Amino acid sequence: MTTLLVGPFNRVEGDLEIRLEVEDGQVAAAYANSPLFRGFERMMVGKGPLDALTITPRICGICSISQSMAAAAALADLAGVQPAPEGAKVAALLHMIENVSDHMAHFNLFFMPDYARAGYASADWHGQVLDRFTAGQGSALRRAIEARADLLHVVGMLGGKWPHTLAIQPGGVTRTPTARDLIRIGATLQAFRRYLEAETFGGKLEDFAALDSIESLEAWSGGDAALFLRVAVATGTGAMGKGSGRYMSFGAYPLPDGRVFDAGTWDNGTETSVDFEAIQEDISHAWLLGDAAHPTRGETIPDEMMREEAYSWCKAPRLAGRTFETGALARQIIVGHPLARALAAEGGVRARVVGRLLELALTQIEMERLLRSIRPEERFMDQVPLPSDGTGVGVVEAARGALGHWISVEDGAINNYQIIAPTTWNFSPRDTAGTAGPVEAALVGAPVSEGEDTPLSVQHIVRSFDPCMVCTVH
Amino acid sequence: MNILWLQSAGCGGCTMSLLCAEDPNVLDLLEGAGLNLLWHPSLSEATGAEVRRMLDAILAGEQPLDILCVEGSILRGPNGTGRYHMLAGTGRPMMEWVRDLAGIASHVVAVGTCAAYGGMSSAGENLTDAVGLQYDGGHAGGVFPATWRSNSGLPVVNVAGCPTHPDWVTETLMMIKAGALNENALDGLARPRFYADTLVHHACTKNEFYEYKASAEHLCEMGCMMEHLGCVGTQAVGDCNIRGWNGANSCTRAGYPCINCTAPEFEEPGHGFTETPKFAGIPVGLPTDMPKAWFMALASLSKAATPKRLAENAVSDRVTVPPTLRKPKP
Repeated sequence: MTTLLVGPFNRVEGDLEIRLEVEDGQVAAAYANSPLFRGFERMMVGKGPLDALTITPRICGICSISQSMAAAAALADLAGVQPAPEGAKVAALLHMIENVSDHMAHFNLFFMPDYARAGYASADWHGQVLDRFTAGQGSALRRAIEARADLLHVVGMLGGKWPHTLAIQPGGVTRTPTARDLIRIGATLQAFRRYLEAETFGGKLEDFAALDSIESLEAWSGGDAALFLRVAVATGTGAMGKGSGRYMSFGAYPLPDGRVFDAGTWDNGTETSVDFEAIQEDISHAWLLGDAAHPTRGETIPDEMMREEAYSWCKAPRLAGRTFETGALARQIIVGHPLARALAAEGGVRARVVGRLLELALTQIEMERLLRSIRPEERFMDQVPLPSDGTGVGVVEAARGALGHWISVEDGAINNYQIIAPTTWNFSPRDTAGTAGPVEAALVGAPVSEGEDTPLSVQHIVRSFDPCMVCTVH
Repeated sequence: MNILWLQSAGCGGCTMSLLCAEDPNVLDLLEGAGLNLLWHPSLSEATGAEVRRMLDAILAGEQPLDILCVEGSILRGPNGTGRYHMLAGTGRPMMEWVRDLAGIASHVVAVGTCAAYGGMSSAGENLTDAVGLQYDGGHAGGVFPATWRSNSGLPVVNVAGCPTHPDWVTETLMMIKAGALNENALDGLARPRFYADTLVHHACTKNEFYEYKASAEHLCEMGCMMEHLGCVGTQAVGDCNIRGWNGANSCTRAGYPCINCTAPEFEEPGHGFTETPKFAGIPVGLPTDMPKAWFMALASLSKAATPKRLAENAVSDRVTVPPTLRKPKP
């Protein structure tokens, strides 16, 4: 058996190190280490609860609005109110824009460039990938960066800037859009649709969103989506990195009439609701002190000695003692999208990437629908007085999956704040029972060629999860 | 010139902001300026052992390094070891890597307020002992002492902002490439003066409200946010309202206050971010360079002279009283 240390692991958000035990040409065991400790939960103790709206977005530069949304939702829950309905719509639109931006950045900038590597140079598709997806160079990357910057004008207009807006509040949003603003946003969304249809899908979004089986998916022939599908099969990488078949979503985009994508869990064919009380964060293999706890009772005390048996700053969240995978694929499986359901059992690299592509198409359609429903003559923000004592929970879906904030306030100040980010679920270390986290389990069996020190298969699998390590180690 | 970009303890938001550069996009811009990314955590192909070999080559002097960009604060904890952030795969704290590489690079650029001064990463009790490259909050001397100079002779260039504006980064890099960034081009906190010589207040769309002290009482109202809502745009450096963000926008244009994110210690204002501390009903913080007595006198005069349009719109979430139209000449 040989041990490989993979890091620095780039084209993931934040710092990641993976330790691999390799035996007989494949990964026998993997250990995911988040080598950075940040301590955001501790920063907030003693501060006024509204300060969470300024501080928590800065946990993450790529899912900043998700953190805003969770914090605002936790404060609204603390106050026992719902945001003004039109404000909720604008907040959801901002959140959709961020999630879509993240999905397309992942596909174009982070994930696809691995297929442009010299190791694939003999493949007949390599020239096309080289042209489109060479890291930092390819034509698809340049176009994606421009389309993304244009799309984020919507966040500029409604939220001032991206990342780190303070526009999203428990009572709604700080900027009341005019009828003209909404028309302008519509134009930006149409330009983004044109980009997606011309470059990513090579076809109508509605047609991609209507795919309902693996056969229909494999027959898709347009755009970079088809290029990926071809390469995933040709390299065999699409089938790698199979997960446990357990998926979880906290439900995305709360609107006055419910969430656009519902919450739930899926365990190899069995659907149930999320039992939030059954969440525990295990810290047996994290450099943290204390006991496994529900986030309402969780603590964040770093182990300065960085004890031997631990190997990460990431806690290990478990739902009723079990690991769950979270993200776009999970969301769409739980919503019941037929293609996502068809991919649930496959559950590897291709399934995760297609989950995101599917959401790109679906979310664009939802954004257009949501925009049409916004009524500029209404109020967009209610004033929300916060109680000086109490608790609140805010759960949302970031691009990478389930995100929760749990706040406790005493005498007008935060006395505990706990966050579980999506990648905390997906990249958790082992728990007390020794059960590996989702990415650790998915890496087992990944092929490693003779002499490879940074195995390509491992890179494809890890990046298929689209990890956000800065959120993980908040 | 080549650039090595490292992400230390931060949120990665300054890179995300950089990707929002427009006209041209960031890849075209850097290429056009003759700036080549030796390695960037979000953009480069190389991972793992390939990166370690490149870092070793720089340390060994085999690979020249022109510009070292560091994003995120440097964690010195626990107990001065820096082990709260080990650079993945290397078994060494980021603090040590930055020390070694900065000694080799011609120029060192701190991208964002965390790298410049510690920023949000150092908020609260600063459990991780986070610090900026050459500043500890507002005090000169961070990982590097106040007198430290890179091989170019410049101190660490602090492209502060949370996040920092994409153009602030790209223009700083292009100025370095063009040899146009000397010590006179930096302000007293080592920020490029091309954006630090202006205030966020300049070109703020709420300026007419400010002139008449017509104040918003709640977020989402149109009035000036200085009196009640914690806005320090009259004290904060930045050309946010001149240049605009993500299109032509800014924090104040979106209806929330400037929190002075380009400044050291913005993360600990000593009060809520959206509250204005007051003494006897008067805001404690005055506009930069404004004598207190004159400010008080002008404020009371202008408040008495506030037109009805501004008084009403200030506490409304939209324009309820439009400007009066001049009657045509008879």
